[in-house]
Amino acid sequence: MNKARQNPVNVIAAHGALILYTLIALFPVFVIVINSFKSRRDIFREPLALPDADSFSMIGYQTVLKQGDFFLYFQNSLIVTVCSLFFILLFGAMAAFALSEYRFKGNTLMGLYLALGIMIPIRIGTVAILDLMVQTGLVNTLFALILVYTAQGLPLAVFILSEFMRQVSEDLKNAGRIDGLSEYTIFFRLVLPLVRPAMATVAVFNMIPIWNDLWFPLILAPAEETKTLTLGSQVFIGQFVTDWNAVLSALSLAILPVMALYVIFSRQLIRGITSGAVK
Amino acid sequence: MTALTLSNVNKSFGAVHVLKDINLSVEEGEFVVFVGPSGCGKSTLLRVIAGLEDATSGIIDIGGTVVNTVPPAKRGIAMVFQSYALYPHLNVRDNMALALKQEKRPKAEIEKRVAEASRMLSLEAYLNRRPAELSGGQRQRVAIGRAVVREPKLFLFDEPLSNLDAALRMNTRLEIAKLHRQLAASMIYVTHDQTEAMTLADKIVVLRDGRVEQVGSPMELYNNPANRFVAEFLGSPSMNFVPAERLGGPADQEIGIRPEHVQIAESGVLSGPVVHVEQLGGDTNILVDIGYEMPFTVRMFGQYPVGTGTTVNLAFSTENTYRFTRDGVRQV
Repeated sequence: MNKARQNPVNVIAAHGALILYTLIALFPVFVIVINSFKSRRDIFREPLALPDADSFSMIGYQTVLKQGDFFLYFQNSLIVTVCSLFFILLFGAMAAFALSEYRFKGNTLMGLYLALGIMIPIRIGTVAILDLMVQTGLVNTLFALILVYTAQGLPLAVFILSEFMRQVSEDLKNAGRIDGLSEYTIFFRLVLPLVRPAMATVAVFNMIPIWNDLWFPLILAPAEETKTLTLGSQVFIGQFVTDWNAVLSALSLAILPVMALYVIFSRQLIRGITSGAVK
Repeated sequence: MTALTLSNVNKSFGAVHVLKDINLSVEEGEFVVFVGPSGCGKSTLLRVIAGLEDATSGIIDIGGTVVNTVPPAKRGIAMVFQSYALYPHLNVRDNMALALKQEKRPKAEIEKRVAEASRMLSLEAYLNRRPAELSGGQRQRVAIGRAVVREPKLFLFDEPLSNLDAALRMNTRLEIAKLHRQLAASMIYVTHDQTEAMTLADKIVVLRDGRVEQVGSPMELYNNPANRFVAEFLGSPSMNFVPAERLGGPADQEIGIRPEHVQIAESGVLSGPVVHVEQLGGDTNILVDIGYEMPFTVRMFGQYPVGTGTTVNLAFSTENTYRFTRDGVRQV
């Protein structure tokens, strides 16, 4: 290995910077989690203190879980996130394959058109989307959210995946064609497994904004039975009184599934981020 | 019977005309090598034959059937790629069997053919391994095995040895030659390496800028090149050229002479300082500056001590020379 890279000063400096950044990034999460285990009085008296025998309280969690709908919200969020990710990855990968693999008139133009969505936030079209959903009778359905999030995630997915698919060996696809595999088999069996790191990257980039989104659930699906977790947590925030215990507990619980999904994708993610750079 | 006939095949990518009026036939059991510099269209031609690219015009006929609109899998061909192109998720056995499974062949037959091919290529020990667990040479043998099991009418090789190191390249070259003898199959082989072309081919097709420059057996092409390009391309070190004027010929011609036909002599028609010496042990290449485009190469057999800067005289007999016009056409 390079000697300069082993220089202990550099190693300490690099690790110091990374540890500092990690602490800063994790601090708010840490505060949320510790305070979710404290009584209301103690949250305000000493926000940074760890819960001890005196201040420990599960009242927040009890409120959240007693508020029977919490599991429903949770389920809604999970359905919306997982379905949206599935469609983003499926359609994004298919479009990317077509753009990178086939020569047809307007290929570049189509690629640019699909990438345009990266630059134009989908929220600009909220009124039109709401109008469309009202007319198609999709208001207050999870399907409305899934459609919107799929549309929101596709541009970046197509952009990233087509770049990666161009790197997949031309010979491999041609070998498949000569062996009589259909284009679908080539896509699903040969190409998709090879761009898995890129798919994981796209999944993580899309997952967190969808999970955390408040805007579209509030506008398109505010009904009790279609509320997502983020929207559902808002019931504890009132204009005059806010049940901080419940809010903090709900947020702590909301972190868990995203973290689980992240752990699943993260190994692939690291490969996805680096493979484009060094290969 | 003719294994492959190409009639007036053209290929354009947009405005770029890549293949220009290719006419060619490959006889049953013949080993044909397409050779030419990078970008001459040899790989494109192979891909057109395989059906991976559509010809813009012209007729492609494999084993008596016009295949212009037939998909690659149904053309009765098998192809070996430069990058091996093995399926990463399948083991060696399944890599070889996949095409037969796609054709819905009976299981027993698939097993028999895979066993036969793996025996021929000494792959029996690796049948359950994934491509990632094989060395480069083994991967290329699997790729060849995958072609062999299909028993195609026509084998296509796309620079199959370029990714191998020198020693392995030599071994695999011998293996391909052996395979050709055993199977007596028609093969087309694309390479930019003229050693591979000379050693493997029954017939060499020299391509330049999408045109066929000359077709013939290796020795025919070597001894009787149709133009300056073929003369220069085949043979290593390549042919020397000198303006005919300097040897008392007409002004607008060039004389070509192969390095092995030039001797260093007491007196000669050309002379100049030695600029570089390559001692190869078996023979010695001496580069002499004669004041023309490229230094003149003299190939001496055995070891020949000569220092750079020494002025030497070069002699050769006129019967070994070739005359070319300024635009490269051979004058006989």
